[in-house]
Amino acid sequence: MRPTTKGVFPAVLTETFADEATQPFWDAALDNRLGAPKCTKCGTFRIPLTPFCFNCQTREIEWIQLPGTGSVYSFTIVRHPLSPGLQLAVPCASGIVELDGTQGSGARMIVNIIECDVDALRIGDKVEIVFEHLAESESKMSVPRFRPIRQK
Amino acid sequence: MTIKDQAAIVGVGVTPYWKRGQSYPESELSMACTAILAALDDAGLSVSDLDGFAIYSNSCDPAEVASVLGVPEVRFAATTTSGGGGCAGALGLAAAAIHGGMATCCVTLMTLQQLNKRLGGSEVGGLLAYATTSESASPYGGNGISPNAAFTANSGLLSPGHSFSVLTQRHMHLYGTKREHFAEVAISQRENALKRPTTAIRNTPLTLDDYFNARMISDPLCLFDYTLETDGAVAVITVSAERAKDLKQQPVYIMASAHGGTGRWGPAIFRYFQAPDDEFASSGHRPVAKRLYEMAGITAADVDVALPYDHFSPMVIMQLEDYGFCPIGEGGPFVAEGNIRYGTGSIPVNTHGGKLSEAYIIGMTHVKEAVEQIRGTAINQVEGAEIALVTGGPASLPVSGTLLRK
Repeated sequence: MRPTTKGVFPAVLTETFADEATQPFWDAALDNRLGAPKCTKCGTFRIPLTPFCFNCQTREIEWIQLPGTGSVYSFTIVRHPLSPGLQLAVPCASGIVELDGTQGSGARMIVNIIECDVDALRIGDKVEIVFEHLAESESKMSVPRFRPIRQK
Repeated sequence: MTIKDQAAIVGVGVTPYWKRGQSYPESELSMACTAILAALDDAGLSVSDLDGFAIYSNSCDPAEVASVLGVPEVRFAATTTSGGGGCAGALGLAAAAIHGGMATCCVTLMTLQQLNKRLGGSEVGGLLAYATTSESASPYGGNGISPNAAFTANSGLLSPGHSFSVLTQRHMHLYGTKREHFAEVAISQRENALKRPTTAIRNTPLTLDDYFNARMISDPLCLFDYTLETDGAVAVITVSAERAKDLKQQPVYIMASAHGGTGRWGPAIFRYFQAPDDEFASSGHRPVAKRLYEMAGITAADVDVALPYDHFSPMVIMQLEDYGFCPIGEGGPFVAEGNIRYGTGSIPVNTHGGKLSEAYIIGMTHVKEAVEQIRGTAINQVEGAEIALVTGGPASLPVSGTLLRK
């Protein structure tokens, strides 16, 4: 198990296992960018990419760079470590982030939400993406997580 | 032409319920056979009458069971797809097989032994199994891990409980549903279970203090919002309505059955929660409920007792909404007003104690209780019960509902 920080769920999958369709997402992640596939016909985003658009059944997509910001759609605070290796990670926030620049449903990401006060996190909170570049990863994986956008 | 009232449940069989792993040296196969033989005996039938398997979640391998029991000829062997969501729907599958002339006597069952496995993915390793079983392996993926697994595997959501916590949090946000409401589900079902010798684990009263002092597993769900983890098997036998009249037990007619759901509900908890906004904070049962009542020609007001799938207490509240016992979003106050209590409530819920307080056999204990309520032999008998609702899910599609009547 990799070193553990409170609130950070340690990556259990350290390879992307990408195929041609998903590789652009992971390439962008290595560059700290959030890339997202968008239907060329109707503009619907679908993350992760599926073979057909669920709105218009088109196959063709284009990769769009999203701002990497969004809001918390829902979440849970994991208190009970389901594995001894997670004892130092809990409490840990995980949830669904609705991405700015997308249509919402169909383009949400399920992620670990870090650097947050687990007792103060609320639905609707504004968050931004942050990538952890896994040093030991042969395929150079970058794990996307989100953190609250600090008040300026 | 529908399956309405065309078939009836005529036998119920069950093994004891054990705490997780303690059914050893029984096996899932031996428990399945024990429950089937008991159900046939209850109906006044024998193995020579059995010719169909209408199951869900691939609960057993009919090839194994038929071989072990010496079933003369298997004429129907089918399962609803996915997992526990198909539980109640498997009764519809049995009715369809019988009404369609493909079989004459079907068993529906679940057998579960959590000895070398634990449902719910309690180890991190289990996460990878989850992440990889919901989709077919890609030739590019290697090691059976699909490319899409990498989009969810590192999220920290490891188990169904975590996922249902996320679903529940959204319901609380939209409608003001509170932990006190979940407590009422847990406490009322515990009350029901206390009178039953069959209760596997939780056989002491549960107070509001107990509930709020219990450890949180994943906000907003605490220990008592979670199902028990148990072993055991339950089987029921279905035959045509015509044949049922001549058998040992009072027939329990399959009034209506439906399974499915909105396509975009999809694999739900097992992948991405991509459900449409108007359905996200729900049990996913709404379209199923609509078809179920249409087939039966009744409304929620006609249902005398409800046995909703209760792997997590808030899912009871969401199903009460989706099956029309109260308006959408008002399930919390509805239970708080005492509506689901046995003996005093407007719609008694999980009178056997459910998964929360009797046993978790992936929904089949609810089917057993529905049958006993309609027969009039339940331990917590609802007076004059004529119509019972039993459900499967929320889970991956299909979720399901069945109405049983006297």
